[in-house]
Amino acid sequence: MHELGITQEVVAIAEEHAKGQRIARVVLEIGKLSGVFPDAVRFCFELCAEGTAVEGAKLEIVETPGRARCRACNNEVPLEKPFGECSCGCTDLEWLAGDELRVRELEII
Amino acid sequence: MCKPNADEHSHSHHHGNGHPHTHDAEGQTTRVRVERDVLDKNDRLAEYNRGWLAGRSVLALNLVSSPGAGKTTLLERTVRDLAAEFPVSVIEGDQETDRDAQRIRAAGCRAIQINTGVACHLDASMVARALSELAPVSGSVVFVENVGNLVCPALFDLGERAKVVVCSVPEGDDKPLKYPHMFRAGEIVLLNKMDLLAHVPFNLDRFLDGVRAVNSELRVIPISALHGDGLADWYDWIRDQVARPQRAAI
Repeated sequence: MHELGITQEVVAIAEEHAKGQRIARVVLEIGKLSGVFPDAVRFCFELCAEGTAVEGAKLEIVETPGRARCRACNNEVPLEKPFGECSCGCTDLEWLAGDELRVRELEII
Repeated sequence: MCKPNADEHSHSHHHGNGHPHTHDAEGQTTRVRVERDVLDKNDRLAEYNRGWLAGRSVLALNLVSSPGAGKTTLLERTVRDLAAEFPVSVIEGDQETDRDAQRIRAAGCRAIQINTGVACHLDASMVARALSELAPVSGSVVFVENVGNLVCPALFDLGERAKVVVCSVPEGDDKPLKYPHMFRAGEIVLLNKMDLLAHVPFNLDRFLDGVRAVNSELRVIPISALHGDGLADWYDWIRDQVARPQRAAI
């Protein structure tokens, strides 16, 4: 359950930017291939935010789909899980998107 | 809260927060673009560790596996067999107890135990503290035995040269497909407990197909840490790593 530590880090980043003010909303991007489970982050968020500038803030999670490029035929391949196969049969894929895990935006009161 | 239809405007004046931002129409909230990787702090500390290790010509390897795959048994044997070639020390990670550090010390090797408490993985700050206490000598090898967990340690860079995935035959041949992040993060797989192959339903080809599907560059060395089969290849791989120049910190 690495999501607990990850959510603590999200709250720490938000607090750092709050500079003593309160946070109303946190926009977090979690790629489908990041290995982080959005529901687990939602579950931890309220707990981690308690007693901080982030307490009571709304958590908005943007889930980015996984995309890769086939190293054999250069085709773009959508990825639902952290591995896959191109229609040409090749499994050697270069990830283009989906491994994001970042705080994108904050709304400060 | 920012209203969905609020008439937002961009502007260039400063509030001292140094970020591009917009206000909502009533000026009650400020939207700040952050674009910060959540693992940024850990990754920066890992790079610090990498530089610290490179500066001392110390090779660090991060051993990851499920609980009970045989990491500690493998290390007991490895530190005994390689002790004559280069100095070796071990950082042990477990949620509780120092049993593993005791086992490694009994094998004649320096070991530091980290208890992670509720955390299910080691992170770069824990390893930074342990390295500073361990003070490994120049030209030595540090094995970091991560907390037994095939999920979380995949995401946390510790500053190691490589993640060594230890997997064992009784766990089943579907592990690479079930835990793809770990097999993607690893550089080598030691498939342990090969001595049990005749006694459990494990299809080696299916396992290797799974490894290739997730990470086509991953090398698999079948071993038995208990009986020593295959360990010569593992030791050759370590010697190759020792001989390679350390990557400097970015």
